[in-house]
Formats: sequence, structure tokens, C-alpha cells
Amino acid sequence: MKSISGIFDWLTDAAHWHGTDGIVARSIEHIELSAVALVIAVLLGLPLALWLGHIKKGGFLAVNVSNVGRAVPTFAVLTLLALTSLGIGSFAVVLALVLFGIPPVLTNAYVGIREVNRDVVEAARGMGMTGFQQLRRVELPLAIPLVLNGIRLSAVQIVGTMTIAALVSGPGLGRIIQEGFATQNEPELEAGALLVVVLALLVEAAFAWLQRVVDPMRRARKSSQTPAPAAPAVLDAA
Amino acid sequence: MTTRHDDLTSAIQQHVWLTVETVLIALAVSLPLAIAVRWSRRATGGLLAVTTAIYAVPSLAMFGVLVPITGLRPATVVAGLVLYSLTIVVRNVLAGLEAVPPDVVEAARGMGMSRFRILVAVELPLAVPAIFAGLRVATVSTVALATIGYLIGEGGLGNLIHEGLTQYFKAEVLTASVLCVVLAVVLDAVLVGFKWLLTPWTRTKAATS
Repeated sequence: MKSISGIFDWLTDAAHWHGTDGIVARSIEHIELSAVALVIAVLLGLPLALWLGHIKKGGFLAVNVSNVGRAVPTFAVLTLLALTSLGIGSFAVVLALVLFGIPPVLTNAYVGIREVNRDVVEAARGMGMTGFQQLRRVELPLAIPLVLNGIRLSAVQIVGTMTIAALVSGPGLGRIIQEGFATQNEPELEAGALLVVVLALLVEAAFAWLQRVVDPMRRARKSSQTPAPAAPAVLDAA
Repeated sequence: MTTRHDDLTSAIQQHVWLTVETVLIALAVSLPLAIAVRWSRRATGGLLAVTTAIYAVPSLAMFGVLVPITGLRPATVVAGLVLYSLTIVVRNVLAGLEAVPPDVVEAARGMGMSRFRILVAVELPLAVPAIFAGLRVATVSTVALATIGYLIGEGGLGNLIHEGLTQYFKAEVLTASVLCVVLAVVLDAVLVGFKWLLTPWTRTKAATS
């Protein structure tokens, strides 16, 4: 178990925690840029998805944007950005993160709204609700599980893409892994990987928890024994 | 002397090979896993939780963790890519099996079929569309993710993207990136073709209705 003690030694060396390329600074920039990108991705993707879902139009776009997002390698986009005059500063990184963060939000929220039982929406209209009221008080609460699922997938995607940014000398925790790869320093490589894994799993767990707590229909659903899908609903690309 | 043409061909070949291997192994692992857990709600939840957690691990960290275990070879890239594909394929196999109408299974049982026969001859064929939906998603994301394999020197088109980055050669990066997307689309189309061949009944249904 030489490698585990190596990781431990690397992580317990105070010199690796401080300074502009220390673990603390790298973690903060990783989380900061990811959070900014997630907020922007949600602000751009969610209203569009809700609106498209409500008027039942643009399904082709909303669903296929995810397929396209999956097909484009994050590494390629980051590399291309790094080679433009933008360089690979915070702006370029956030731009890439937002690009890859929007599709999951858009697709899941759209599907969530569209799948809301038509009879329920009809009833809401019969009660005299305006289109906005239907969306805000009926469709959105019922679609919350999928909306949050989309945000969770987006967050996971963004944290992962943020790691890849290190490959083109971008900021973030990936730098530690990348340096480990470049200098063949195994303890550094593994310690960096461990830190990123922990961060990713924390993000995943936090959103999974949020998904359970925020869902307004949770109790109703529990009593009727239909399990809510935990993550990517089967998106039949056909 | 190697030409650009040779570089591209061998990169594409490696990329296709990485992807095909990954998807086949992911399917071979997912099928028994999904079949084993399908009768237990708790086991299903556990399997989905584990594969979802793996999916959350950023690819750079994944390879960082795998390299010390499996070394700098293509197998390491494939192992990482398989782990990512599991969540997608397992989920779709489960969804496909779950969507088989109970009446059909009942009828098969009435015909005296064994449980294994029902699985192989009735349930799995009916789950083919859902399984293929999963394979398509897994294939497309594997093509994109495989580029990171360059870290191990085995990233197919990713090697060219990296080379373009270090030599400041934008055209090379762009070409390799576009080829990645084209490759994803082509492999996706191949899978659609396979699904069409494997599910003749979906075609006759469309014709009669």
C-alpha cells in the first residue's frame, strides 16, 4: 500500500495546501467558477425550457441539444478556446462550462413540464388560471423532480468539465492531477484525483439531497408507491 | 515517413476501436447486472446509486485513479469509459425489461416456457429498443470522452487535439474535433441500423397501422 501512504504524505504536506497553486486556492477557484457557470446555465436554460414545455413547442431542439452536447468533446472545445485570442482565462472557462451546463437543464426541465398530466393543466385552466399561473403553480411543482435532476446533471457536468480545463492550463483542481501526469509524480496525481472525486461526489450528494427535500410532491408520491426516477430519465434519442 | 493522412487514419481507427470495445464490454457487464438486480427494489436502487456516483467522477480524475492500477495502456482508457457507460446502459436495460407488458410474460408462461426462456426469447427482445437507446447515448458520449485518453497516449483523435494544442496548430484541433462529432453521428447511425435489423416486429406494426 505504498501508493496510499504516498497520497497521505502528499496531502498532509502543508506546503501543498497554501499559495496560489495550493489545494485551498485551487478548490476555491474550482468551486467559484463552477458555481458561476451553473447559475448562468440555469438562468439561461431553465426559463427557455419552461416556456417551450408550456407551449409544447421546440421539443426537437430541447431534446437534441443534449445529444449534441454529449457528442462534442469538452476537451476539444476547451482546446479550441485556448487557441483563440481569448486564451484560457476565467472568462473562456466559464463560457465552456455554461455551454456544457445548459443542455441537461434544458432537456430535463422541458421533458418534465411536457410530461405533466394534461388533465391537471386543463383543470387549472378551468379554474381560471392564466398561462403563467398554470406554469408556476401547477406545471413547475409537478415537474420539479426532473427540473432538479437536470440541474444536478448540469452541476456534475460542470464540475467535471472544470477539471478538464486544467489540460489546457486552465484554473481549478484539475491542475494538481495534470501536474502529476506531466511530472510523473504519482502521489500528486492520485491525491489530486482523490480531491476531485471527493468534490464531485459531494456535489452529486448535495443535489441528490436537495432533490429529495425540495420536491413538493414527495409525500404524495411516496404514498402512491411510484418511485421517482433518480437520474437521467431514459431519453430515447429516436 | 508518415503523412497527415496516415495520422488521421490511425487516430480514427483507434478511436473507433476504443468506442466499440467500451460499448460491447459495457453491454456485457450491464446485462447480467441489471438482470440480477431487477427483482429487488433495494438492489436496483443500490446499483443505480453506485453507477450514478461513478458517473459523477470527472474523467481526468478517473484516469488519474486508474493509471496506477492498470498502467499506461489502452485498457485503462477502455476501463474508465466502461465505468461511465454503465450508468446509462444499466438504466436502460432495467427500463426496457420493466416496460415488457405483463400479459406477454403471462402468455409465455402459459405456453410452458421456463423463466430463462422467457427472459431470452421474450423479455430481452422486447427490451431491445430501450437497450439500444442506452447504447446510442453511451456510444456518443464515449466518442467524446475517449479524447481524454491522450493523457495515456491512447486517445485516438484526442492525441491529435493535444498535438494541435502543443504545436499551436488550430486546423489540426478543429479537424480532429469535427471528426469526433462526425464519428459520433456515424456510430449512432450504425446502431440505429442494428436496431432496425433486430426488431423486425416494430416495422410490420408501422406498416399495418
